[in-house]
Order: sequence, then C-alpha cells, then structure tokens
Amino acid sequence: MSTIVFFIFIMVGLSYWWLWRQKVLEQPWVTEGTDIDLRDDIAQISPTAKTGLIIFLAVVTSLFSLFISAYFMRMSLNDWLSVDEPLFLWLNTALLVLASISIQWCAGAARNSNIRTVRYTLLATGVFTGAFIWGQLLAWQDLNAAGHYLQSNPANAFFYLLTGLHGLHLLGGLWVWSRTTLRVMAGVNTDQVKLSVQLCRTYWHYLLAVWIVLFGILLST
Amino acid sequence: MAYVALADRGQILSHPHSFITKYIWSQDHKVIAIQYGITAISVGVVALVLSAMMRLQLGFPDTFSLIAPDEYYQFVTMHGMIMVIYLLTALFLGGFGNYLIPLMIGARDMVFPYLNMLSYWVYLLSVIILMASFFVVGGPTGAGWTLYPPQAILFGTPGAEWGILLMLISLAVFIVAFTMGGLNYVTTVLQARTRGMTLMRMPLSVWGIFTATVLGLLAFPALLVSAIMMTLDRLLGTSFFMPAIVSMGEQTNYGGGSPVLFQHLFWFFGHPEVYIVALPAFGIVSDLLSTHARKNIFGYRMMVWAIILIGGLSFIVWAHHMYVSGMNPYFGFFFATTTLIIAVPTAIKVYNWVLTLWRGNIHLRVPMLFAIGFIFTFVHGGLTGIFLGNVVVDLPLSDTYFVVAHFHMVMGVSPILVVFGAIYHWYPKITGRMFNETMGKFHFWLTFLGTYSIYLPMHYLGFLGVPRRYYAYEGIEFIPESALQLNSGITIAALFVAVVQILFFVNMIWSLFYGKKAEGNPWGATTLEWQTPQTPPIHGNWGDELPEVHRWAYDYSVPGEAIDFIPQNVPANDNPEAHRT
Repeated sequence: MSTIVFFIFIMVGLSYWWLWRQKVLEQPWVTEGTDIDLRDDIAQISPTAKTGLIIFLAVVTSLFSLFISAYFMRMSLNDWLSVDEPLFLWLNTALLVLASISIQWCAGAARNSNIRTVRYTLLATGVFTGAFIWGQLLAWQDLNAAGHYLQSNPANAFFYLLTGLHGLHLLGGLWVWSRTTLRVMAGVNTDQVKLSVQLCRTYWHYLLAVWIVLFGILLST
Repeated sequence: MAYVALADRGQILSHPHSFITKYIWSQDHKVIAIQYGITAISVGVVALVLSAMMRLQLGFPDTFSLIAPDEYYQFVTMHGMIMVIYLLTALFLGGFGNYLIPLMIGARDMVFPYLNMLSYWVYLLSVIILMASFFVVGGPTGAGWTLYPPQAILFGTPGAEWGILLMLISLAVFIVAFTMGGLNYVTTVLQARTRGMTLMRMPLSVWGIFTATVLGLLAFPALLVSAIMMTLDRLLGTSFFMPAIVSMGEQTNYGGGSPVLFQHLFWFFGHPEVYIVALPAFGIVSDLLSTHARKNIFGYRMMVWAIILIGGLSFIVWAHHMYVSGMNPYFGFFFATTTLIIAVPTAIKVYNWVLTLWRGNIHLRVPMLFAIGFIFTFVHGGLTGIFLGNVVVDLPLSDTYFVVAHFHMVMGVSPILVVFGAIYHWYPKITGRMFNETMGKFHFWLTFLGTYSIYLPMHYLGFLGVPRRYYAYEGIEFIPESALQLNSGITIAALFVAVVQILFFVNMIWSLFYGKKAEGNPWGATTLEWQTPQTPPIHGNWGDELPEVHRWAYDYSVPGEAIDFIPQNVPANDNPEAHRT
C-alpha cells in the first residue's frame, strides 16, 4: 500500500499548500466588504472544464496508484512468477509518444489559429492512438498464443488488467477526440475547438505518463 | 466583475417548461437533490425493514420463524451496504450537497448541470441493480457488507450465484455516479463562488460536504479496484484475491491470490467512507447549532482546520479495521496511534459545538433538538471508538456486539439524527411550507430515546462476549439467559423506533399540502440560501443579479445591532433591518 499512501501524501500536501494560499488563516469575522477576494486574476486563467479535468485526473491517478499498490503487494509474496512482455510493446510505446507529440502540435496550431494543421495533427493523433490500442490487442494475442492466459498466474492477470484499464481510458479519450474532430471537419474555426484540443492534450500527455510508469513497472518485475 | 462572469459562465440557463424536463430529466440542482433524497430515503426504508426482520429473529427466535439462516446473512449484508453507501453517502452528498452547495455559495447551478443529471440517473441504475439481486436465483449476497473473499464468491455463501455479481456491478456503477457528482461539487465550490465568497466565508456545511467529496473522489477508486478484481475472480477465474482453496469438498482452480490484499483495498476505501458520511454531518450540525442558538459558531477557523485535518488523517488509519486479520505489531502500533490522533481534531469539534451552545439564546426547535441529540450520540459512539482503536482492547471485543453498538452509535444514529435535523431545518426552503412542530418534537424524542435503548444495552452484550453475526444463540453455554432477555428488549425498542418513523413521513407529506406557508427566512439565518428572492428558489436561484457576499456566515447577535442576525449579503455599512424577510 506504500504507493497509494505516497500518492495520498502528495495529494494532501498539495491541498494543504493550496489552502494555505487561499488564506485559511484569515479571521473572517474581522474583515468586511468584498475587497478581500483575490480571485480576479486566477479566475481568468482557469476555465471550469480545465479544473474539472484536473480533478478527474486526480481521481484516475488514485485508481492507478491503487492498482500499482495491489500489484506490488501481491508481488511481495514468495510465489511470484513474472511475465515476459512482448517486445513490440516498445513499438506501441513509440506510437503513443507520437500521438502525444501530434496533439501537442495540434494545440500549438490551435493557438495560432492554423485550422489546416489542427485538422491534420488531430487526425494523426487519432491514427497513432488507434494503432497503439491495436498493438496492445496484438500483445494480448501474442501472450495468449504463448500460453500465458489470464488465469495462469497473478502476474499475467495483472498484466492484462493494467494494460486493459489503460486502454479503456484511451478509448474514453478517443470518444472526446472524435467529437472534437467531427467539429473540426465540419469547419468550425479554431477558437471554438481550442479548449477541447487543450483538454485532449492534457489527457493524452497524462495517459502517456501513466503508460510509461506502468510499462516501466511491468518490465522491471 | 470577473467573478460574476465566472459564476455565470456557461450557465445560459434554458428554463424548461414541460413536466418531463422540469421534474424528470431535470438539470436543476434542486430537483436533482430532491430526486437523490427521495431515492436514498426509499432504499433506506428497505434497509430498515430488513433490520426489523433480523431483530425479530434475534429477539424472539422461537416465536417468529420469518427468516432462515441464509436470509439472515443476506439481510445483514444488504442492510449494511444500503445504509452506508446507498442511503448515507448518496443523501449527504447527492442530496444535501446538490441542494446546498450552489445556494450557499451564491451560484446559479452546478458548473456541469448535464453531468449532474447523469449522476442521478446512474445512481438510480445502481440502486435498481442492487434491488434486482433480491429477485435472482440464490438471492442477494450474504457475504457481509465487507464482502471479504474468499467466502464472498465461493458457493456455500448465500447469493454466490448472482447476488455477489450484482452487488459488485452495482457498486461499480454507484462509483461512476458518485464520481460524476463529486467532480461537480468540487469544481463548483472551486469555480462558481460568488463575489466576496472566499473559502473562509463559506458556511461549515459547504466545508464539510466539500472535504467529504474530495475524500470520496480519492477513496472510492479503492472500492472500484477491489470490485473489478473480485468480479474478474468470480467471472473469469483469475486469482487476485483467491488462494488455493478447497470448496465443498473439491479443489478449486484458484491459486496464489491474497485475501488480505482485498482487506487493505476495501478498508482504504472503508475508513475514509466513515468520514465521507461524518464530515457533512459535522458541517451541517455546526450550522444548525449556530442558527438556533443565535450565536456565532465557536472557533470557526478551528472547525475548518479540524475538518481538513480529519480529512487528511482519515487515509492513514484504515488498518485499524484489520487488527484481527493479524499484522506486524509495529503496524498495529502505528495504526493505533494514528487512530488516537484523529480523535484530537474530532474532540475539538465537539468542544466547539458545546461552547457554541454556552450562553447562547437557545431555541429548542425541532432541528435544534436533533442537532443537540447528535452531540450526545456522537460523543458516545466516538468514545467507544477510542476503546476499539487500541489493538489489545479491539481483539477481544472485535467480534462482539460492542462493535455493533459502537458503529451504529457513531455512524448510524448520529448521521441519521443530522439528516432529520437538516431535513426539518431546510424543509421550509425546499417546499415553501412549515412542518408540524409538535409532531416533529414527538418524532425527535421517540427516535432519540428509542435508539438509545437499542444501542446502549448492546455494549453490555459485547462485554459479555455475545458474538455478532450469529443467527441464533440457543445452547451457547457462556451466554446467560439475561443476555437473551436483553436481546428481546432491544428488538422491542428497534421495532418501536422503526414504527415511529411514520411520524416523520406523515409530517413531511401532510405539511407539503396543508402546512403553513413559510416565509423566506423563518429561522432568521445568515447564509445565502435563505436570502433567495423566491421560496422555494426557482431555476437559476437568484433572479437577475448574483448576491455579493460581504461578511462571514455567522453574524448572529452582533453587539449593537438591532436584529440578531446579519445575512452574508448585507454590505458593511448597511442597515440589516432592511433585509429582514
């Protein structure tokens, strides 16, 4: 459980730091009027959807931390057998990195109102991500063919579970991506999709980071 | 102003006109709150009936043979799970959270109204899935509300066919619903507060609900993780939690799983869950006490800090539920210590409630009675918690009725008293009518004294070593005849309390039609929800302009003022008399 406790410590630390900055030490019964409200600047920077996404990502991080905690706890028992990960997981990783790069590019283009680049990079993101998911399925097939079934041992079960869960989160991302792409294809201007693209960018980078952590843990154990 | 724009952003409210968009597929936080509330209370009534059946069996095993041993376990399980998750969590966060957050912080609605609506319907789906398990082959699961593997999914445990699957799926669906709602509550508090509403000017109800939601968002994934892994164990034959095991005389295909892993995951959710229910209750009770004692809450900042501190600490005490599972003694020491530390901020809150009452102008109206009743039951249940937090005391008491008494006092009776108090308190705002005061007082006294006579004797049963989870106690040598008589007495009290709740429902429904019309602010409260232009508030809450907040939420009996409360939206040099409604 050390992974999740570590994560919780970070979350609690961040929240307390944030609360500190929000002046939880002030004496609200002394101050009067509305001048004490300091949010004017902060409010401009952070749209509601972005805050919502960040909180959602905190929830998802909690979920993955718990799975990783469970993985480590199970691993510490003495009958652990490790899995030989298929080599082309490296190729998949490269695909996901490409997806992240193209969505980053896309966000830059959206900022510069370059709708043409937005269109191409958005499509590229979808293609790379789809290829990644396809590759993950192939990896599953590979393992199955080699006789490493889901039920064979806990390490296998964890491998399928962790990769599957990560894939599901990407599929969720693709759903939002497809809505954004449809709007871009329908010919809206960049201002109308800028926020969506930015949200997609955050989500894709996040899932890439999650994948790298998961892949690292799976490889090293 | 940036703020007003912010609070209003994305809130181009299209006011619905048809009955369906107004009351069924509604995106108005107030309607969703009522939907959550009614669903949660209805399912709670089911759980109440289950407990009555169990008490009949325990109190009069020879007279009533309504339920078989299998059913007893199924009812225990369903009673526990429904009460903790589908009633209390849903009611405090989905019900009160939805109703109070936007009104108390001066917003027009939640920031994601559509998601909010979806949250309710997904919650309803989870309830339907759970209730469906009563009607499938084998009935609902009888694994106990903690669902410990391996027994939870092995044949021989009631409901191993379908009940356990439906339970796990229903929990997963509930968590999805909660996450949608929770994202809304947190983001709304962060983003949609009206101008002048700094964090430290928020009423404690909002603080409690807000912190509890954050806990829920971080802790419910643990339940989701364990539900997913157990479903895979049951359906696809993986062995996350299942060791090599012989079941009903046959070697199963499981092997290599760790049941203790499940316990860690479950209680990593399970302990914060206690505070997910308790923190909103703490917050609401603070507001009730302050309002009806006409006095500012004692130590507002301490109250806020205590809520935050309890929230943080609640994540590092989980293993105190697992002392009997066996653990490294140093871990036991660590978790006992953290458990005792969490009593400090909790005690601060109790002192502050009592000190709020000290020399206050106490109005013993119905909500106030419930709030004061809560202080009694909570202190009682909290103190027995300190006993049980110690490993050496917990080990002999853990499987006895002492634990049943403890958690029903602290997590059953206490939050339910707050729920009743809160419903009575906000009833005039929600419905626009006053409830019947006399009937409410009867309801309080009978419930308060009744629940005490259920749970106080259970502590003594626990000291005698009467084990919990048993279907019948005949022929057990160390249990004296007097304990069995006590059990009959407890059953009579329990049935009495269950029946008395009819008073509450009659009062609520009768007053809805025939109650006296309520004024906008019948209690003379300072918080924003009492300052709405209409009662009950209409869609959009505030008319053309959002209220501006100029002061904290507890300006009661300010020296030198003509009236004994100043609403939050009254400017500094204004005459509060003009705002009297």
